[in-house]
Amino acid sequence: MNEVDTNQIIITVTGKDKVGIVSAVSNALASNKVNIEDIKQTIMQDNFVMIMLCNIEKMEVSFKEFKDNILKLSQELGMEIWVQKKDIFDRMHTI
Amino acid sequence: MLNFNQQQIIETIKMIKIHHLDIRTTTLSLSLRDCCSTDTKTTANKIYDKILKYASNLVAFADEIENEYSIPIVNKRIALTPISLVAESCENVDYVYIAQMIDKAAKEVGVDFVGGFSALVDKGFTKGDLRFFEQIPEALASTNKLCSSVNLGTSKAGVNMDAVLKTAEVIKKTAELTKDNDSIGAAKFVCFCNAVTDNPFMAGAFCGVNEAECALNIGVSGPGVVSSAIEELDKTADFGEVANLIKKMAFKITTAGELIGRKLAKKLDVPFGVIDLSLAPTPLRGDSVAEIFKAMGLEQAGAHGTTMALAMLNDAVKKGGIMASSYVGGLSGAFIPVSEDAGMIEAANLGSLTIDKLEAMTSVCSVGLDMIAIPGDTPNSTIAGIIADEMAIGMINKKTTAVRIIPVIGKTIGQSAEFGGLLGSAPIMKVNPYSSEVFVNRGGRIPAPLHSLNN
Repeated sequence: MNEVDTNQIIITVTGKDKVGIVSAVSNALASNKVNIEDIKQTIMQDNFVMIMLCNIEKMEVSFKEFKDNILKLSQELGMEIWVQKKDIFDRMHTI
Repeated sequence: MLNFNQQQIIETIKMIKIHHLDIRTTTLSLSLRDCCSTDTKTTANKIYDKILKYASNLVAFADEIENEYSIPIVNKRIALTPISLVAESCENVDYVYIAQMIDKAAKEVGVDFVGGFSALVDKGFTKGDLRFFEQIPEALASTNKLCSSVNLGTSKAGVNMDAVLKTAEVIKKTAELTKDNDSIGAAKFVCFCNAVTDNPFMAGAFCGVNEAECALNIGVSGPGVVSSAIEELDKTADFGEVANLIKKMAFKITTAGELIGRKLAKKLDVPFGVIDLSLAPTPLRGDSVAEIFKAMGLEQAGAHGTTMALAMLNDAVKKGGIMASSYVGGLSGAFIPVSEDAGMIEAANLGSLTIDKLEAMTSVCSVGLDMIAIPGDTPNSTIAGIIADEMAIGMINKKTTAVRIIPVIGKTIGQSAEFGGLLGSAPIMKVNPYSSEVFVNRGGRIPAPLHSLNN
């Protein structure tokens, strides 16, 4: 198997749309030195869905610590946030 | 090129969150061939040390990878070389002591189960095997994480009927020793025809004598993913379409498993072994193989047509899995345990699913009669008859079959046994009341079958 860039992660934010979601998540990423490479937003069945492609190469904390920070933020925002390494999506949906 | 595909990300998250896609087990297969000695304590200590040396990081590393991918890794397990082989050269060997030391090591490294308290007697017993069989019940009753298995037959050698009867006695005695917990000991014991050497699933996992020093085998599951996909299909979609959809889902599940398995193997610095793609249910709603039958259009599991539904499912799962990984192994297919599957329990309670129908289904499923509770007063000879029938299906059809049956001491038809956790709960099922006594007491070996003139 070829190694893909394991520094790429996907952050998926879903929930009821409100003011300040993008800003709150972006701030959290910036403070953990996580770079945003791409963002897509959409409304699905009345739900706000934002998917971010990020790079954790320069991140200064452990993955677990970073993820815990983001999950804490998800509780504050009342949004569901998933943080996953990107290669799982590349593998599962490509022959 | 797109950086990512939104639909695929949402679909993956749905599979994990709603349809219970999970890595059912990461099983470290560990050879104990270098642990033999002439003394029980020395051998037990060598086994203990080896488990600690190789498996100390298994749980922590698995948790780390689970966190990175947000995909649950439900169980962490260890599969050992059959202990009957490893300890046979010890003088006056005490297998129970070895079992307890293995259990202690399993607790120390934090795994959920450890398999390999096993014997391979398909063609006959050695002196050590006979002693081993005698000590299985006490070993299972005095440990928590230990699982035991025996291979009673193969398509090449035939079936050892002396061992079939002895196995029935082991099951009954184990059930009696653990009667205070609904005879749960018997749920940690399985007998096989054509046992596989790289299976990561319990109770039958062991490290075959042909296996490497160590390897990481992965068992991946997701019956909910398959049933929900079929439910979304039009009711008039033909079987070609249904089979194709199952293959696609199996492919996705397998690739997820292979990715996680390879990451974990690399982290542990052990070779990746096989991925076993088995649709293994759990007692949770929506994580059921029986629900796949319903999605295909059967009112209940057990209805006429169930064997065909299972045959197609099992085959399509393998085809999808094979495409996704070069090293598909183990038992790959669809499991049909009763107590671990909410839909099967419902069908059994309704009378739609009987032992006889389950037996027919095992001729096309991935393994065999699994997690079936029967009355505690079932005679040993009847249990031996049930095992013999199942061994016959495996031997003639050149497939793995197994029996994991629990005579629940003190309980009978109309009651149910509670095993808890992944093992679930099982209604006590009716067995045939007529005797197999004389038949199973004949003993000897069923001759190896002919492999031509197939009809």
